[in-house]
Amino acid sequence: MAYVAVKGGERAITNAHKWLAEERRGNPSVTEIETAQVREQLSLAVDRVMGEGSCYDRDLAALAVKQARGDLPEAVFLIRAYRTTLPRFGASEAIDTVEMAVRRRVSAAFKDIPGGQVLGPTFDYTHRLLDFALAADGETAPRAVVAEEAQTYPMPTIGSVFAHEGLLETDEPTEDAPEPFDLTREPMSFPADRDQRLQALARGDEGFLLSLAYSSQRGWGNTHPLCGEIRMGEVAVEFVPDELGFAIEVGEITVTECQMLGGLTGSAEKAPQYTRGYGLVFGHSERKAMSMAIVDRALRDRATEAGQVAPVQDEEFVLYHSDNVEASGFVQHLKLPHYVDFQADLQLIRRLRREYFERQSLKVAAE
Amino acid sequence: MNLATSSNNPPERYYNYAYLDEQTKRMIRRAILKALAIPGYQAPFGSREMPVPYGWGTGGIQLTAAIIGPDDVYKCIDQGADDTTNAVSIRAFFAKVADVATTEDTGEATIIQTRHRIPEKSLKKGQVLVFQVPQPEPLRFLEPRETETRAMHAYEEYGLQYVSLYENISRYGRIASTASYPVMVEERYLMSPSPIPKFDNPKLDENEAIMLFGAGREKRIYAVPPYTHVRSLDFEDYPFETQTWEESCALCGADDAYLDEVVLDDAGSRMFVCSDTHNCAERRAAGHAGPMAGHQLDQAEEGDAE
Repeated sequence: MAYVAVKGGERAITNAHKWLAEERRGNPSVTEIETAQVREQLSLAVDRVMGEGSCYDRDLAALAVKQARGDLPEAVFLIRAYRTTLPRFGASEAIDTVEMAVRRRVSAAFKDIPGGQVLGPTFDYTHRLLDFALAADGETAPRAVVAEEAQTYPMPTIGSVFAHEGLLETDEPTEDAPEPFDLTREPMSFPADRDQRLQALARGDEGFLLSLAYSSQRGWGNTHPLCGEIRMGEVAVEFVPDELGFAIEVGEITVTECQMLGGLTGSAEKAPQYTRGYGLVFGHSERKAMSMAIVDRALRDRATEAGQVAPVQDEEFVLYHSDNVEASGFVQHLKLPHYVDFQADLQLIRRLRREYFERQSLKVAAE
Repeated sequence: MNLATSSNNPPERYYNYAYLDEQTKRMIRRAILKALAIPGYQAPFGSREMPVPYGWGTGGIQLTAAIIGPDDVYKCIDQGADDTTNAVSIRAFFAKVADVATTEDTGEATIIQTRHRIPEKSLKKGQVLVFQVPQPEPLRFLEPRETETRAMHAYEEYGLQYVSLYENISRYGRIASTASYPVMVEERYLMSPSPIPKFDNPKLDENEAIMLFGAGREKRIYAVPPYTHVRSLDFEDYPFETQTWEESCALCGADDAYLDEVVLDDAGSRMFVCSDTHNCAERRAAGHAGPMAGHQLDQAEEGDAE
C-alpha cells in the first residue's frame, strides 16, 4: 500500500544499506579492488576527490572512491564529512610553486619561455583510440624515458618574464593584509574578496566551473583568456610550530597551477597592463585549474565596473552554486517526502479549479 | 518506542559527544543567542559539513547537536510523522552519538526536531522545537541576491512581499501561498516559518517553547523566543486563513488536525488521516475513533513502531 511504502522503519534503512553494500561489491567472483589500486591507477579520480573535498590524503580519497562506487561527487562528500571533524592546529606557510619539482609545464604565450616547455604526463596529443591491450591481462610496466639534461630549477614563472617591463600585474602580498578568510569556518559573504573567491573556486565543482569558463569564451562575459602558464608537480608544505618559531617541512603535495592572462587594464593614472586569473588545485587537473583561472578573472568584472552581463561575472551566482556537495544535497533532497506541502498545494489547486469551472458555467449560462 | 534508552556509543567513541567538536558547538550557541536576542533575524554561522547531505536537515542537526545533553529526551519528526525514513535516521544518529533517550511522545520530549510541521499538541515551557530549514530567506524568490535581501531586512523594506501577495489575489482571487507562508516577527523582521503548511502558522504566535530554525546549506540560524508575537501577513479585506478539511481523520476522527491524503486505489478512492502520527495514536488510545478505525493502515503503523 502506497502510504505505508513511503514511510519506513529502521529495518528498511538497514536492509537498504545491506543491498547497497552488495551492489558496491559487484560480482564476488571478480577480485575485489584494493584502495591502493585506486590510489595508483585511478589517480586522477583521487585527485579530483581531494581537490573538491578540500583534503589532501591520497589513501582516504581512494577509500572514498571505492566506497562511493566511483561516484566522484559522492566520494567528495565522504571526504568533506570526514574533514570537518579533524582538529585544526594551524595554517601552513604559503606554498612556493617556483620551488616546484615540475613534472609538466607549458606556456601558450611564449615559445621559448625560460625553463622550457615540459610536456610531462599529458593526455594532450594522444589519439583517443581505445587501447584494447589494456583490457587484456599481462601488461608490462611501461617506463618513461629519462631526459638527457636536467630541468631548470627553480623554474621561473611567467610573471618573471614580464617583471622588468611591468606588463603583467604583480601578485605582491598586500601590506598589513588581514588573516585570510576561511570558507570552511565562515559563511560566504558578499562582496567576496579574492581569498574567499579562490577558496570557493578551488573546492568548486569541476563541471560547473568548466561550463562557466566555456561560456565566457563563447562571449557570455568575454575575458580574452590566454594561457600564460600551467605547471604541475610537487611542492613542499611548511609549517611554523609555535614552540619552534621557524618553518619545518611537514610533507609534499602535488598541485596544478594555472596563470591565465586576461584583458588589459589601464587608466589615466595607471599604465596599461595584462591582468590575470589564477587557478590552483590539488593533484593533476588542468581542466579544473584552467577553468578556475578563467572564472577568477571573469569575477573581477564587478557590476560597478563592467556592467555585469554574464553569469560567469556574477559572483553571487557563481560562488553560491559552485559547491557540488551543497548542490547535490539540495537537488536530491527532493526525494524526501513533501506530502504535507503537497497536500496544501493540492487543496489550493482543487479549490482554484472548482472556482474556475463555476465561473465557466456561469459564463455559459449567461450566453 | 517510548524512552528507548540506547547506549551504543561507548565512552571510547571516535567522535566528540553529539558529533560536533566543542569549539563548533560554542560557535553555534553564540549564533543561537544572537538569533534569540533579535527575533526573526537570520544570524550567519559557520555551518559545518555533516554526515548527512545538505537539504536533509544539516541545519537542524547542528542546532540539536549544539544544545543536546545526556538528560534530554529527543523526538524527531518529518511531515509530522516519527516513522518517516529521514526522521528515523536522524533520531538514530542522536541516539548513537549523544546517548539520549528518544521518544515519539510530544509531551515528554525536551527537544523536538521537525521538518515541515509543528506538532498538534501545544508545546510547553522548557521544550525546544528545532526546525530544519531549506531556504531561510523569505524574500529569496522575489529577489535572488543575498546582498539585496540583507539590505531589505536592514531597512525593513518589505513592500515587495506585500506586492507579491497582492498579485496573488489579483490573479487567483486569494493569497495562493500554502506553505512557507511569510510571517512578521514582533512587527520587525519578516521571517520564513520554513515549509510548514500555513495551517501551523498560528502555533508560532506566543508559543511557550523556544523555536530555533537552522539552515545548514545556507548557513543561517534564526529564532522565535517564547511568548513572541508572530503574525502571518495579510490584508484587512483578505485576512489570513488556514487550511480546513471537509473530512475528519479516518482513524481517530480528529476534525481540527492537519490531514494527509491517502490514495487507496486507482479508482479515485481516498482517505484522510492525521499527519501528526503521535497525536493520532494518542487520540485512538484515548478511545477516539474515525470512520475507518481499525483500517489496515492503523495496524501497519502499530506494527512499524515496534
